[in-house]
Amino acid sequence: MSNVSSTVSIAFADSATMLRRRLRHMLRYPTLILTAAGVPVAILLLFVYVLGGALGDGVGTAGGMSYVDYVVPGVVLMTVATAAQGTAISVSIDMTEGIVARFRTMAIARVSVLTGHVLGSLIQTMLSIAAVVGVALLVGFRPTAALGEWLGAIGVLAMIVLALTWLSVALAMVAKSVATASNMLTPLMILPMTGSGFVPTDSMPTGLRWFAEYQPFTPFIETLRGLLMGTPMGDGLILTVGWCAAIGLGGYLWAKRLYNREPTR
Amino acid sequence: MTTHLHSPAVAATAVHKSYGDHVVLDGVDLDVPSGTVFALLGPNGAGKTTMVQLLSTLIRADSGQMRICGHDVDREPDAVRAAIGVTGQFAAVDGFLTGEENLMLMADLNRLPRRERWRCAVDLLERFELTDAAGMPAVTYSGGMRRRLDLAMTLVGKPRVVFLDEPTTGLDPRSRRTMWDVIRRLVTDEGVTMFLTTQYLEEADRLADRVAVLHRGRLVAEGPPEELKRQVGDGHVTLRFADPDEYDAAARILDVISRDESALTLKVPGRGDVGSLRRLLDRLDHAALTVDELRIHTPDLDDVFFVLTGDPTARQEPIR
Ligand SMILES: Nc1ncnc2c1ncn2[C@@H]1O[C@H](COP(=O)(O)OP(=O)(O)OP(=O)(O)O)[C@@H](O)[C@H]1O
Ligand SMILES: [Mg+2]
Repeated sequence: MSNVSSTVSIAFADSATMLRRRLRHMLRYPTLILTAAGVPVAILLLFVYVLGGALGDGVGTAGGMSYVDYVVPGVVLMTVATAAQGTAISVSIDMTEGIVARFRTMAIARVSVLTGHVLGSLIQTMLSIAAVVGVALLVGFRPTAALGEWLGAIGVLAMIVLALTWLSVALAMVAKSVATASNMLTPLMILPMTGSGFVPTDSMPTGLRWFAEYQPFTPFIETLRGLLMGTPMGDGLILTVGWCAAIGLGGYLWAKRLYNREPTR
Repeated sequence: MTTHLHSPAVAATAVHKSYGDHVVLDGVDLDVPSGTVFALLGPNGAGKTTMVQLLSTLIRADSGQMRICGHDVDREPDAVRAAIGVTGQFAAVDGFLTGEENLMLMADLNRLPRRERWRCAVDLLERFELTDAAGMPAVTYSGGMRRRLDLAMTLVGKPRVVFLDEPTTGLDPRSRRTMWDVIRRLVTDEGVTMFLTTQYLEEADRLADRVAVLHRGRLVAEGPPEELKRQVGDGHVTLRFADPDEYDAAARILDVISRDESALTLKVPGRGDVGSLRRLLDRLDHAALTVDELRIHTPDLDDVFFVLTGDPTARQEPIR
């Protein structure tokens, strides 16, 4: 009876059910989506209108493009990081709910609770990114991407979001409280800034530059910028795929193990 | 599907569970025949919830064996989960979803045939008097409503064995009676096996075919509720006097279980029925003694523990 294909179809059906549950939560409290997009939009405006004048000179000599065009990929990745923090908070809250104890006593695909969260967050994050890009277009963002590049950019972003979301689900379950869960994700917010998101890395002091060149957000940003603005990507895409596979798979296995461990109250 | 018609619904042997140094269950044996109601009686901290969590695959025992409908809890957790429904001590509903959405969620997860899902939800809402509140988020429900929704959700999957951890704690008398009716009907109409925990002797007496009493990690009594009640006796009456001299005089002429000098109260045996109360008052009248206050005391968990263990109090929570 329990062959592989029925196990897989049960996992799909249960994950879809859990995703519906997650989407219902989101629709009931839509302010969460707006908050997730609000912070990056504010940062975008800050960089373009307040700091852009000063920073733009340095960038202009490096890339020959306007500052808003340069900064959008970094802001998009900040959106991803902000949303990952939101995911950690909502997973952390959810794990304390009685309903999750009920799920544990039911004959369902165990990981589906987590899959529902991850897929829900993926949808929510992509919507937030769309909002941020929409605002960017209004303030002068002029990407050179054609349809193929746009699709590529969406695919790369979905891959990054998926990987970081699994990581944040795992971190949320390691944390003993909602506040800790939220704090654990804060470093993720700093990474886009210490990569090539807002200024080119060769303008940084040596130590930081070394870090910036090897941390995952730099290839993420270079790939995205390459796809949207036609700048050279180098080995950005390969590095991005590698990082995402490592972070995503690691996060998935870790989260799954944490969920299967005995619940402590 | 293998059926296990002849195996008991719940069977446990020598179950041990400790948290650090704190031994919660110290060798518990249980045997609940299919289609019966079993009540696990114990005060706060006795380990009732722990027992339910062990049997429902939420936590693992340190040692011992447990089977539900013939399936080993440790080795076949999914078969066990498919056979059981659990209503834990604290409401396990999704507060952000409405009552109806909660039930639909359960219908989806139990993978009921598509056409039946909606009808199942509507039926349960009606049966648990939640139809009017069906469209409201569960966070807005009262404690009693949440408890009913919780049980309704447990029943969606048509479980063979239902665990109810303190199903009526915190409910008002009317809701408690509704809950009792629902539980009894589930057993008589659908042949469900019911494993419930409670702190109330009365509840165990009303609902259960067999009762077990948990004390210091072991079962100190097990049997039909009548047996337990016979052991515990009829209960008692407390009399309070305003005057110390009258209190002394009454203590001399009555058959006293215990006395409290400072509160001027006496405990005397008695069921509290009209005949025996009248005889008691007549004797006091005859001796020209005035009772300030009289209270009838039906046997409760304290009496059970006093009789079974000699401990004056039922409390078992470690002092922290
Ligand atoms: N996860 C845990 N970690 C440490 N101690 C625990 C844990 N769970 C239960 N205990 C301890 O085990 C004992 C039994 O707890 P349990 O919840 O099973 O009691 P109970 O009979 O259900 O009590 P109540 O009537 O208050 O619900 C208590 O002393 C409790 O402190
Ligand atoms: Mg309990």
